[in-house]
Amino acid sequence: MLDQTPAPLVSVRDLKMHFPIYAGLFRRRVGEVKAVDGVSFDVMEGETLGLVGESGCGKSTCGRAVLRLYDITSGEIEIDGREIGAVPQPELRTMRPTMQMVFQDPQASLNPRMTVEAIIKEPLDEHTKLSEAEKREKVAELMDAVGLNRKFAKRYPHAFSGGQRQRIGIARALALNPKFIVCDEPIAALDVSIQAQVVNLLEDLQEKFGLTYLFISHDLSMVRHIATRVAVMYLGKVVELSPREALYAEPLHPYTKALLSAVPEPDPALATTKERIILQGDVPSPSNPPKGCNFCTRCPAVMDICKQDEPKTHEVQPGRYVACHLYNDTAEQTAGTEV
Amino acid sequence: MPDGALPVLDVRDLKTVFQTRGGEVHAVNDVSFDLRPGELLGVVGESGSGKSVTMMSLLGLLPSPPADVRGGTVTFDGQDLLQLDPEGLRSVRGGKIGFVFQDPMTSLNPVFTVGMQIAEPLRKHMGMSKREAAVRSKELLELVGIPDADQRLQDYPHQFSGGMRQRVMIAIALACDPKVLIADEPTTALDVTIQAQILELMKDLRDKLGMAVIWITHDLGVIAGIADQVMVMYGGQVVEHAPVKELFGNPGHPYTKALLTTIPKISGSREKRLTIIEGQPPILAGAPRACPFRDRCDAAFDRCAVENPARYDVGEGHDVACFHAEGL
Ligand SMILES: Nc1ncnc2c1ncn2[C@@H]1O[C@H](COP(=O)(O)OP(=O)(O)O)[C@@H](O)[C@H]1O
Ligand SMILES: Nc1ncnc2c1ncn2[C@@H]1O[C@H](COP(=O)(O)OP(=O)(O)O)[C@@H](O)[C@H]1O
Ligand code: SF4
Ligand code: SF4
Ligand SMILES: [Mg+2]
Ligand SMILES: [Mg+2]
Repeated sequence: MLDQTPAPLVSVRDLKMHFPIYAGLFRRRVGEVKAVDGVSFDVMEGETLGLVGESGCGKSTCGRAVLRLYDITSGEIEIDGREIGAVPQPELRTMRPTMQMVFQDPQASLNPRMTVEAIIKEPLDEHTKLSEAEKREKVAELMDAVGLNRKFAKRYPHAFSGGQRQRIGIARALALNPKFIVCDEPIAALDVSIQAQVVNLLEDLQEKFGLTYLFISHDLSMVRHIATRVAVMYLGKVVELSPREALYAEPLHPYTKALLSAVPEPDPALATTKERIILQGDVPSPSNPPKGCNFCTRCPAVMDICKQDEPKTHEVQPGRYVACHLYNDTAEQTAGTEV
Repeated sequence: MPDGALPVLDVRDLKTVFQTRGGEVHAVNDVSFDLRPGELLGVVGESGSGKSVTMMSLLGLLPSPPADVRGGTVTFDGQDLLQLDPEGLRSVRGGKIGFVFQDPMTSLNPVFTVGMQIAEPLRKHMGMSKREAAVRSKELLELVGIPDADQRLQDYPHQFSGGMRQRVMIAIALACDPKVLIADEPTTALDVTIQAQILELMKDLRDKLGMAVIWITHDLGVIAGIADQVMVMYGGQVVEHAPVKELFGNPGHPYTKALLTTIPKISGSREKRLTIIEGQPPILAGAPRACPFRDRCDAAFDRCAVENPARYDVGEGHDVACFHAEGL
């Protein structure tokens, strides 16, 4: 049992990504957008960690920061045994093949002037010493793996539908045999009937190649389907992280409760009986988050302490991490900040 | 929802074709439906299925060319909207028929205050004085749940959040006490917690004002929570129409059935693997001479490739455009 416990492939500690705001004639620095503000989590080998939250809460920034597409403000990022948080960009080159990204908008992320073959082959050109023939064979294999007809290798992206373009993006991400893939809203731009096709493909590829995913989405139903564990973000912070079943059966953080209750149920009987928590107001700006708990301006359970002190993350049940003052007493004292 | 009442809006055999460089696009093919007073009709279908073009056609909002509304009747208030002159149509739009579209930023004018934009239809369609319009504008903002209405009337659209802008759009649509409100994916661009606010508001307003509503969405969850009747569109056609409980409990069309199993659920048992609908939506190049769903349909047979099924009645207020529903 013990030696079956999965080890983390990715370990993120207190990650911060603040974007400076400049203004005025002299472009003076007048503040910062705290897009990601102290986030910690592990992604276990072979699992899918879902990252959910509403638009602007910092999901994409978090995903990109973990892959070091940014120079981060602070924090630690360990991937496959190597600490990369502070590594300068040129030195990251050798790590790039291990970690890849699939983007939301397959239209925007594929170069319209390149053939599908050239798009998928590009990472092979950059990072391998394969011969042209070997590369072409590899591209054909990748096209098979993602369900694209090899015959279309010489076509351009515009000749494909949205779902097929997402397959091209996935094939490209797979080219260098990565271990870890950040999928940033990979199905958000697709039609309902096409979403399931792409999700099933991602699941098949995970099993076949032993991939580990960080799956970013605002679609809570789809995350329930695909994720092993789920992290919920609000205004730059992870407010709750739990195994999927526990999270959806019994959300603990007041924001998770409200978020899940707001998801419309495709069942008229449930839709009328479901207790809905309607949050008031809007999300505050990440350049000026409230004092204390980031959720205190909208939280139905807000207390005095919430407007003063930022809640710490505690392991309140085995494997369940919550950052909320309501759970200060139930926290297992040994937990610390380990996530 | 009073049964047997005369429909406020009656659409028959609406047909819209676009002339494009690549040839004709038959976007709306013989679409028929009616709407009773106080009823909320949900319209679902994936993108390109003809939901928006249907509504734009009946409101006379499509530029021609490229659009050509080739046929049909749209009876509202005893007249056929398709026969009205532009002036007559303008007075119906924004007056007795209100509408709200997906992206409020493109529908609101960024250089005028929100107050001016709400007052405009009141003065134009209701003949109100400036003062009267100002009072009514404030009431309307309060009605749609915008705090500090007096203050906010002076603000410009960019000073509102996405959810608040959509409330403003709803306020404008409601300004002239419409009999019918047409809302085209009004919550698609919003986050779920904000969407929940708007859906709650909508249910509330409908009970209060008693208007009929057409609510377009691709989200079956939204439909389940808000609609009385549901119309499912595919490939420019109505493939199924039913009361909401009937549609979810007893779907008749293979597309509706597939759609209901392909979306994962937020509660209850979790499916190990999602059911998929193979293939792609149809290209609407010519007048339909076959079932638009045939390439993706599990139940297709010879006839589906040579004939387009009619809408067959299968129960009380429930019809299905599939040969398997014929004679049920
Ligand atoms: N390059 C950037 N410069 C400044 N602000 C940014 C940048 N990228 C993202 N942000 C801001 O950071 C916050 C989080 O954005 P994002 O990570 O895209 O959120 P999500 O993916 O959850 O919608 C937003 O307020 C966004 O405007
Ligand atoms: N201006 C236009 N020119 C050509 N085709 C159009 C135009 N507008 C819409 N269409 C086509 O009409 C069909 C129906 O579109 P639409 O009603 O917008 O779908 P929906 O609202 O269901 O997503 C689509 O195939 C679309 O490509
Ligand atoms: S810490 Fe306070 S404001 Fe924050 S979520 Fe918990 S109860 Fe609500
Ligand atoms: S008519 Fe034929 S192709 Fe169309 S839905 Fe029915 S069985 Fe399927
Ligand atoms: Mg994002
Ligand atoms: Mg539309």
